[in-house]
Amino acid sequence: MQELMLAKAKELLQNGTVNRVLGWQAGEFVYDITPAVFESEQDLDAGFVYNEFCGNNLSKYLIKESRKEGKVLAFLKPCDTYSFNQLIKEHRIIRENVYVIGVPCEGKTDGETLKSKGVKGILGAKSEGDELIIDTLYGEQRLSKRDALTARCLTCKSKKHVVYDELLGEEGEEVPENHRFEEVEKLEAMTPDERFAFWRGELSRCIRCNACRNVCPACSCEKCVFDNPASGISQKAAADSFEENMFHIIRAFHVAGRCTDCGECSRVCPQNIPLHLLNRKFIKDIDAFYGEYQAGEDTESRAPLTNFTYDDVEPSIVYKGGKK
Amino acid sequence: MKKLPVSKIQELFAAIRAQQTLYIPTDDASGQARYLPWQEGMELTHALNTVRSAKDFFFPQTENLVEFKLKGKEIEIIDSRTEQDDFVIFGVRACDARSFTILDKVFLIDPIDTYYKNRREHGTVVTLACTQPEETCFCTTFGIDPADPEGDAACWIAGDSLYLKARTEKGEKLLSALDNLLADADEGEIAAQQKATRDIAQKLPFAKLNLAGFNGENLNKLFDSKKWPELSEACLGCGTCTFVCPTCQCYDIRDFDTGHGVKRFRCWDSCMYSDFTLMAHGNSRNSQVERFRQRFMHKLVYFPANNEGEYGCVGCGRCLAKCPISMNIVKVAKALEGEVQ
Repeated sequence: MQELMLAKAKELLQNGTVNRVLGWQAGEFVYDITPAVFESEQDLDAGFVYNEFCGNNLSKYLIKESRKEGKVLAFLKPCDTYSFNQLIKEHRIIRENVYVIGVPCEGKTDGETLKSKGVKGILGAKSEGDELIIDTLYGEQRLSKRDALTARCLTCKSKKHVVYDELLGEEGEEVPENHRFEEVEKLEAMTPDERFAFWRGELSRCIRCNACRNVCPACSCEKCVFDNPASGISQKAAADSFEENMFHIIRAFHVAGRCTDCGECSRVCPQNIPLHLLNRKFIKDIDAFYGEYQAGEDTESRAPLTNFTYDDVEPSIVYKGGKK
Repeated sequence: MKKLPVSKIQELFAAIRAQQTLYIPTDDASGQARYLPWQEGMELTHALNTVRSAKDFFFPQTENLVEFKLKGKEIEIIDSRTEQDDFVIFGVRACDARSFTILDKVFLIDPIDTYYKNRREHGTVVTLACTQPEETCFCTTFGIDPADPEGDAACWIAGDSLYLKARTEKGEKLLSALDNLLADADEGEIAAQQKATRDIAQKLPFAKLNLAGFNGENLNKLFDSKKWPELSEACLGCGTCTFVCPTCQCYDIRDFDTGHGVKRFRCWDSCMYSDFTLMAHGNSRNSQVERFRQRFMHKLVYFPANNEGEYGCVGCGRCLAKCPISMNIVKVAKALEGEVQ
């Protein structure tokens, strides 16, 4: 696939369709991939890569990139295309300045995931059939590709692109049996006290690095209220640990109905806080109260939380603990 | 040198805990390591290092400095400091141990930061030698020996024994109080392990990382490099690298309005943040390129220029492991080495 993408990128650069390419750049190891803009064939040959470690969602970079001169080629994975559509819907990306090529995704892994499976001293990795063969400082290790998948990929909702100008490789299928709400259901089954304790425990590890917010395609405000010293509620340090927890809850509310469940928030969290579960709870509730809805599936429909129909649930649902 | 069977490590912890608070790196709910106050049964992690560095003990993320209370036309000034009790941090790696030397150069020069000094004086650092460095480790670049860590006392776990050696007066004091648990040992007993670790260290991917030329003389050349925009292009402007870093020491001081007074606190700051060093006139670094450059110039150029060549990095590899876009000090140094070598 990487060769196909390289050839396509060079072709589109040569014939002037685009003047630069947004993709992934190889790093020092096999897994430390950095999103990058390539402006020439030499740049592409020097570092362009696409493999099972290219997990970063590139859509958010297009807010900035689509405002630059010329057209940018963006390689998007299926889940990235949802974020892309959502950003189009919110008028954050200038569509005509982007040439989208959909690329297939079989699920991704990353250094942190491999290390959580006990792999130490990763020097290299190659795939062989259903296995990932990892060369380490302490000898060779093998992991089944399924075991190497990141948590978000284990509950992948779709391998099908919702938008593209051109597709490389074969189009995938939606994954209806993705079980992505199972963890939410576990939380719902808890008593309020247990749930409170769960989140207090998880969120207590937050170091307020803002990585979840900054990587989130739904968090696209020019200036976050929490960063603005003039807002009166800027929050470089919280007054107490509950205020700290509130940051995440407020953020989840802010992206409710717009979060496509790309999972970047949990991927980047240095403290492994399962932040995506907050968003998934909202997605699940929106599905239950307003009918199935997938943010980013299209660019035109009205979103349930910014729409009104006579079938909407009554606000009093809050007082019934979410039960209709 | 002293030793005790590893199987008795919980007894050792209990004996230390009987005298003072003890912190050890242990696995948390997410399966990563963090320092927690030891309680009976708490096990030492198998992870190489903690996500958050050990700097937290001396330079916490937030702390109250002083409080002001209004009483009519008078302002009462209250020192918010709490009495610091003695504590022991066990299991600090060689990289983090060195980071304290670097932090000392910032906080213990005139004017001395008394909040930091207070904690430093009450803390005893017990280090633990590494045996399985990760590919992200590059402490040897900074003259750190992972097999022979600094600290008030150093430990090695080799075979069935835990070896301990005091290095300072504080370390001597701690070990002598534990004497009934410890037996005499010979340094030769850890020699094989040390050699094995050093052999691995030499084979690490960044064992030959060359920082020659990163110094004050090349300040302008490095500052003016054309590579900064490209290097910082994908940076999210989050604070992960700065907050997991054992040597990042920038902080902000702010006032919190309590409604009937003011609580003045300080908290970690990050050069990656848009309001970093924001002043009345505005901001001196308005773009992410400038903020990104600040971090690496500080560690690789400004700090050594002001501290006899000592870099503001200990090669712990946390930023390499945790940056959401995998941009880090090694990539920056490699990209810029052409400018100065």
